[in-house]
Amino acid sequence: MPRILVCVKRVPAPGARITLTADHTAIDVKNLGFTTSPHEECAVEEAIRLVEQHGGEATVLTLGPAEAEEQLRYAVSVGIAKAVHVTHPSLVAETGWDPQATAAALTEVIAGLEAADGFFDLILFGNESADAGGFQVGVRVAHKLGRPIVNGIKSITLGDTAVTAQRESTSGFEVYNLPLPAVLGVKEGLNLPRYPTLPGRLKSKKAAVAVSTVEPAAGGLVTENFDNAAELVVQTTMLGTGEAAAPAIVDLLERLGLL
Amino acid sequence: MSTAASNDFPTSAKVVVIGAGVVGNGVVGHLAELGWRDIVQIDKGPLPNPGGSTGHASNFIFPVDHNREMAALNLDSQRQYTEMGVNTECGGIEIARTEERMEELRRRMVSAKNWGIPARLVTPAEIKEMVPFINEEILHGGFYSPTVSVVDSLRAGTIFRERAQALGALQTFANVEVEDLIVEDGHNGTRRIVAVVTDRGRIDAEYVVICVGVWAPKLAKMAGTYIPLTPAVHQMIDVGPIPVLEETGKELGFPIIRDMDTFCYERQSAGSMEVGSYAHRPIFMKAEEIPSIKDSRLSPTELPITMDDFDPQLEQALELMPDILGTAEIKYAINGLLSLTPDAFPLIGPMPDVENLWSCCAVWIKEAPGAARMLAEWMTHGQPEIDPHHSDITRFYEYARNDSHVRARCAEHFQKTYGIVHPREQWASERGVRTAPYHDRTEALGAVYFLAGGMERPHWYESNAGLVEKFGVEGREHEWDARWWSPIINAEHLAMKDSVGMVDLAPFVVFEFDGPGTKDFLQSMTVNSVDVAVGKSIYTPLLDVNGGFRSDLTMLRIAENTYRVMTGAFDGPRDKYWFTSHLPADGSVHFQDLTSSYAVIGLWGPNARKVMGKLTEADVSHEGFPYGTTQEVLFGSIPVRLFRISYVGELGWEIYVQTEHARAVWDKVAAAGQEFGIVPVGAGVYGTTGRLEKGYRLMGSELDGEYTVVEAGLARPKVKSADFIGKAAYLKHRDEDPAAILCTLTVEDHLSARDGIKRYMVGGETITTPDGERIVDRKGRVSVVTTAGSGPSYGKFLLLSYLPPALAVEGTDLCVYYMDELYPVKVAVVGSTPIFDPTDARMKS
Repeated sequence: MPRILVCVKRVPAPGARITLTADHTAIDVKNLGFTTSPHEECAVEEAIRLVEQHGGEATVLTLGPAEAEEQLRYAVSVGIAKAVHVTHPSLVAETGWDPQATAAALTEVIAGLEAADGFFDLILFGNESADAGGFQVGVRVAHKLGRPIVNGIKSITLGDTAVTAQRESTSGFEVYNLPLPAVLGVKEGLNLPRYPTLPGRLKSKKAAVAVSTVEPAAGGLVTENFDNAAELVVQTTMLGTGEAAAPAIVDLLERLGLL
Repeated sequence: MSTAASNDFPTSAKVVVIGAGVVGNGVVGHLAELGWRDIVQIDKGPLPNPGGSTGHASNFIFPVDHNREMAALNLDSQRQYTEMGVNTECGGIEIARTEERMEELRRRMVSAKNWGIPARLVTPAEIKEMVPFINEEILHGGFYSPTVSVVDSLRAGTIFRERAQALGALQTFANVEVEDLIVEDGHNGTRRIVAVVTDRGRIDAEYVVICVGVWAPKLAKMAGTYIPLTPAVHQMIDVGPIPVLEETGKELGFPIIRDMDTFCYERQSAGSMEVGSYAHRPIFMKAEEIPSIKDSRLSPTELPITMDDFDPQLEQALELMPDILGTAEIKYAINGLLSLTPDAFPLIGPMPDVENLWSCCAVWIKEAPGAARMLAEWMTHGQPEIDPHHSDITRFYEYARNDSHVRARCAEHFQKTYGIVHPREQWASERGVRTAPYHDRTEALGAVYFLAGGMERPHWYESNAGLVEKFGVEGREHEWDARWWSPIINAEHLAMKDSVGMVDLAPFVVFEFDGPGTKDFLQSMTVNSVDVAVGKSIYTPLLDVNGGFRSDLTMLRIAENTYRVMTGAFDGPRDKYWFTSHLPADGSVHFQDLTSSYAVIGLWGPNARKVMGKLTEADVSHEGFPYGTTQEVLFGSIPVRLFRISYVGELGWEIYVQTEHARAVWDKVAAAGQEFGIVPVGAGVYGTTGRLEKGYRLMGSELDGEYTVVEAGLARPKVKSADFIGKAAYLKHRDEDPAAILCTLTVEDHLSARDGIKRYMVGGETITTPDGERIVDRKGRVSVVTTAGSGPSYGKFLLLSYLPPALAVEGTDLCVYYMDELYPVKVAVVGSTPIFDPTDARMKS
């Protein structure tokens, strides 16, 4: 019966323009909703499906501010059994820790959990977080735990002693066999995550969330400031209306080499 | 046509309509239809869904409303949506989980009958038959309304715009942000809108209409005025897929459920169920805080849901529909923004302080096309067909025109959206904001205060509790009938008529006009002539252009060119706007609002003259101080103005006193009356029992824009020669047979067949034929109880109602439909003759 751990991160809900604070050191969260990083939503869904297939138990873990409990409960509302919240007073809505500190903290907590209840056969990360996009935490944790990891995964088949994982390449799929315990970084497209049901949501409200506080380790990444990417300016030229527009359209298509 | 700048954006327009939600679109459509041209419509968002409340609305219409104006707007809107082909009837059921709610649903049956809307009460089993997935075991019953419908408000908006465009009347510009509204000084200290500044240029405009819903306060501020609404959250989730809903193959295959006791609704949306809530804590925003389109993930008015607020409703929804909601997923969830106002009515009409700036805001989908028509007719004719009394944006006192008041009241009524609200119910918030100068005195007497124009006014006094036994006043057995009522009211009535009473009338609104043009100006406003001798009074209706009631009030000519005008607390701001917006431009009339300068105390009863004789040395005999006249006298060293008049049918005076003397005068009157057993008398007598026995008509109850002076029984034998607003219509009304006549009816039997106890109407009930058919006059108006209350001296419970002439015959037996039961009533008086003391001997001798 596999034990699966999913690590998730609370991130601003994508889709809206990101506004920066006046000093450009953080993003302005005034108008933002928060969600679980999309790759990790797929990791959560995959963990639920694996437990549905193989039995066992899935746990969700996050490192983040008090508000990140919302993302843990969301995972529980769709079917994850247990939730662990790793937190520290320095973690506030806009500011996370650097990848090294995050990975160190996660490793410490995972080691603790495993000491108590046994190995996680499979640990799932998102390929990268939707906000910082560091691509580091999963790899660092796997390395510290001495386990194999493959990123970019879009298919998982779990066996008794190994896991088979696939990732897309330009010409097809790369297929990896990893001995268990193993770590995978998954990508959106792995599956279509479910939404919570009403009873699921209500159950998640009552679920117990284990909280562990860890001290931040030193990290090497320092945020200097943020800048918005230059806005893409799209200029619209009216080619005409009705039939009269036809020659201009033909002209344009010819210039683009499409005719 | 508009002059166009090089970028094709107009630089001038007859009227600029800001907003392209369902309201703005309705306004341009109706303005064009009424002949307006050169209309420019702008919106900061894209079309057809610019991102306001229209875009995320649930789009359903439950047409029944207790309030006539709102029901009329709902029905007119449904008719317009139908005519545009975007109204789909699906039926709706308001369900009751409690017996108290069942009683409310019985009351809804009365409102349905009033407005001719099909409806019936249904049993839990019948509900189950219509909605097989409902848990009928938790239900007491329901109110089924088959004409409940869902509309396509975005499509309706497009049709409205296309119609205006087809008439060559409209240019619409999307993605245009308003940056400023330009206002210039006009005559008499007025200000006038002259232009709209946008991010694409300035448009000079003669008229500007604000139809921007939740953003209205922001735009109002640009024009230096105030629109009293707050953006508020209404939570909605979409749950699916649900096979039983998918199988219908329709947007709506089942009636919409309003789970009234949990303040939620369940509305099918094709394969899923939309659950909306008005149960959560009030969540307000400021218009300025609403995110821009670029900053919004979905739209500016679809904010991330705060799910914790919705969780209690999830449990209730699950309890109601366990089979289908147990497995479906929450696919979409928002904190949707909509507009709330301090009294829950829309904000329609001319801005009171900026000429030619109009508002059509705080309008929901269900009433939007009707509200748009109302506004367009108002701008075109000066008066809409549906009386806009409750929606009129000029209705607010200054104390109410700020965010603090708006938020307090909206917080209070938000959760009453599906609540059971008694017609006499009083606000709990914003109390003690306006009080009389002698408030401590009335408080010491145990006054129970109702609000009148936001002012604390005693409705009865607990200190008079002993009078109930003395006069043998009966109580009311049913809690609903007795709510916001006391038998002390009837006892105070009888005590005043037995000896003498004093009444706190501080909320009276007092205006003063002076200047050489005053008489002619007032003549142009009033039905009855103001050309009376100095010291005399004038009672007169004020009419709108259609000859409907705009107001009714009393004036005193206190000098050749000076008139004092007293009007009721409930319509003060509307009346003030009506007068000031008509003031002559030449400055020949000076207007002052003296409301805060004066308090008013009424002294009435057979011993009133004896009490007055102790207060002043002036001659207060019938000859020395005739009925209907006014004099300034001294109460010792304190100057007061006395006006011999009565709204309660007794000998006596209204005492007008400057506020700083008012407390002293209250004490003097109380002391002088002591030997006659003077009692403080509340507004329960003044506004209801005393008034009803005299058949006095009240603006907003009997008098409104839809009935005429003739029908109200207030036409005098002759018409003055001077012209006045509404005169042409008034003359026409005098020439035709009235379609209805205001009558006083008596309730002949109070016993409820269902409850086995006596029931007492509260107003708003249907008058029916003896077999329960509602009565409709030839103008299509329904006979509804305009006021209901005790007649303690007459000895019967009285109702006022308009009746068609054939039934307006003394002795005619009819019924009143109350709480889904019929009670026999009899026509006692036709016209304005008082039922008690018909010759006014008590008052005029």
